Amino acid sequence: MVPGMPLADARALAAGGPPGHDPEGGAVHGGYEKCGLATVAADPAADRRALAALADGCGRYTPWTAVDGDGGPRGGGLWLDITGCTHLFGGEGALIDDLVGRLDRLGFAATAAVADTMGAAWAVARFAGRETAPCAVVPSGEAEIRRVLAPLPVAGLRLPAAVVDGMARVGLRRIGDLYAVPRAPLAARFGDAVVRRLDQALGRVREPLSPRRPPPAHHVRLAFADPIGHADQIAAALGRLLGDLRVRLEHAHKGVRRLDLTLYRVDGTHTGVAVGTARPVRDAAHLERLFADKLEQLDPGFGVEVMVLAATTVDPLGPQQDDLDGGAKEARDDDLARLVDRLGNRLGPRSVVRLAPRASHVPERACRPAPALAAVTADGEMEGDHRPAQPRPLRLLPWPEPIEAVAPVPDHPPVLFRWRGRPHRVARAAGPERIAPEWWRDDPGPPGERRCDVRDYYRVEDADGRRFWVYREGLYRPDRLPRWYLHGLFA
Amino acid sequence: MTPLPSSDPPRRPDPALLSDLRRRIRRLEGHGGAMAGEDGTPGVLSLGVPAVDGALPWGGLPRAGLHEVLGGGRGDGAADGFCAALLARLAAGGAPVLWVRRGGDLYGPGLAAFGLGPERLIVVRGRTATDVLWAMEEALRSGVPAAVLGEAEGASPTALRRLQLAAESGGTMALVLRPGAADAAASPALTRWRVTAAPADAGVFAAPRWRLELVRCRGGTPAAWLMEWHHGADAARRRSGSENRGRGGARPAFEGARHETGGLVVAADLGHRPAAPATGRDGTRPAAGA
Repeated sequence: MVPGMPLADARALAAGGPPGHDPEGGAVHGGYEKCGLATVAADPAADRRALAALADGCGRYTPWTAVDGDGGPRGGGLWLDITGCTHLFGGEGALIDDLVGRLDRLGFAATAAVADTMGAAWAVARFAGRETAPCAVVPSGEAEIRRVLAPLPVAGLRLPAAVVDGMARVGLRRIGDLYAVPRAPLAARFGDAVVRRLDQALGRVREPLSPRRPPPAHHVRLAFADPIGHADQIAAALGRLLGDLRVRLEHAHKGVRRLDLTLYRVDGTHTGVAVGTARPVRDAAHLERLFADKLEQLDPGFGVEVMVLAATTVDPLGPQQDDLDGGAKEARDDDLARLVDRLGNRLGPRSVVRLAPRASHVPERACRPAPALAAVTADGEMEGDHRPAQPRPLRLLPWPEPIEAVAPVPDHPPVLFRWRGRPHRVARAAGPERIAPEWWRDDPGPPGERRCDVRDYYRVEDADGRRFWVYREGLYRPDRLPRWYLHGLFA
Repeated sequence: MTPLPSSDPPRRPDPALLSDLRRRIRRLEGHGGAMAGEDGTPGVLSLGVPAVDGALPWGGLPRAGLHEVLGGGRGDGAADGFCAALLARLAAGGAPVLWVRRGGDLYGPGLAAFGLGPERLIVVRGRTATDVLWAMEEALRSGVPAAVLGEAEGASPTALRRLQLAAESGGTMALVLRPGAADAAASPALTRWRVTAAPADAGVFAAPRWRLELVRCRGGTPAAWLMEWHHGADAARRRSGSENRGRGGARPAFEGARHETGGLVVAADLGHRPAAPATGRDGTRPAAGA
């Protein structure tokens, strides 16, 4: 049986073949169990998901991982850029052995290769004699790559099947056959791809690898001889990671805005938490405290083998004295930033805000939430004048609520209205204040912001002294009953 | 429940002796009004109204402590206004104040008129009541803000006790606003206020009036006043007669300091009477006092 064979042929072969040829696992479709052929419907989406999960799981080796999009009958693959990571594992060979062994334990049959170029690694991983060894390290240098690639089939150049067939017809079967062929006729006959792939494999043309996730600017890693699982151990390890990270950040004059902690478990899965800060920080104690609230969410599973702490967002931060003796204001701003960080990390960064003014006279647009540390860090003053000329309520209802109001026409405040099922007799009123829609804003606005008509606002006080902000929508028209809304509550 | 206050004014044998004893007890209890903050801010917040400050045994509200403010139920914004006025006074020192709540209906322009501009006020939104209490405690213990106000309608006495301890440890004032809470459960708060809207006596839309009741006070006696809030600019405009149309003659005399953003003034001292039903009550308001 070969890949790409029609299902009917395979069944015919299997029926005549020797019994007991029983592939393992998978859901069995059709009725050919007795002849030993198990068929499983292809599920490319699930394959891609599994590959993506594996790619994330390989973050224990390097942050620079990607899924090989070239799936098809040869199956998918993973790219790992292990530049600068191998010393952590004792060399390239040890790293790749560890990787394949781990995948094997997880139930994936994998072959792997390390090479200078992506193309060479791809070809060797798929076409070198995998029966002898599942993993191979191609020695460095173009000459070595040429030597290793020469006996491999041209399909190892990541070429379309039609091109491979065409080259086979003219006798170009091995990659080594291409070395001597003049390049121009080769490109003319089989397309630019052949030459480009060959150059990429030999390292003459650079080939970029896009990582699945943006690689962090700074990341530190801690592996454990014995898997750890206790919360105290994780916290202690995190403390060490933060200390290491702080040193690196200090050298780079950076502070973190976002930190991702990833725990790689023994069973190949991983979990993680992230914290964000309002200002660049590298104070390990503060970051540790931010994590402390979240560590309890982490499930170490059967044990954690590797912890990786990545600073995914960093901002410049100049050298700092640890203790600021002078400048009580700076110290207080720092304390405030820490408090905002702690609150924001538990409640969400949008939950700690200042109510900043916005240049609009439509009440619901005149106020917008701004980050709590937005302007304080700049000059202590927010832009814009927040004090309206007209009195404004302390609370503005999220949406104006319709009220049943009795009001003398045409433009008097209501004398009686019913809000949320309770009648209020208006004793005193002030107004109207007419607020027209912003005609220059043509867009309907985000949902929740009503596209408003002209409103006449009145401040009314009921017989008990409660004060409300009510409005009549639209101009008075004799042929239509006016609609009244309650929009806010005064003190 | 506090015993019903008698209608006679309480007899005070010797004010000097009493106040001395009280001061000694406060010192023993640990939250003395005379304690000053490390940076020189006084340990007591004056409300800016001598009559109210004088009714408090500390001569004001101790900063390192928990204070409860009850409201008048739905639609009654008087307690919001009182809290905003308190917070604005607290934020005057430069440190921001926090308003912790679940929803998001606080309105910046209205708060700014009370002196709580965005440079002074940070609004924290929690998803659950637990979030609100946690955020309050965290902020109080940090000691960074000048005060933390939380809208915790159903806070248990235990939760309030935690807040009180956090306020003491951080030296930060904790305010619990319970807009509709009845004055029932015991609480570790130093003071408990009830602020409800009160109708104005004039026929025009003038300064808002609040009925301010000191329902409970550790080491003090309940009291009640009728207060008016005057926005700084508002009051000036009112006096010019543009809105009053000359009918403001029946106003009570103002007392107390007026600030840049406005101030509280006592319109009438209601003495120690429990809240009597005023005119026009519809009975839906929870019974005040006890």
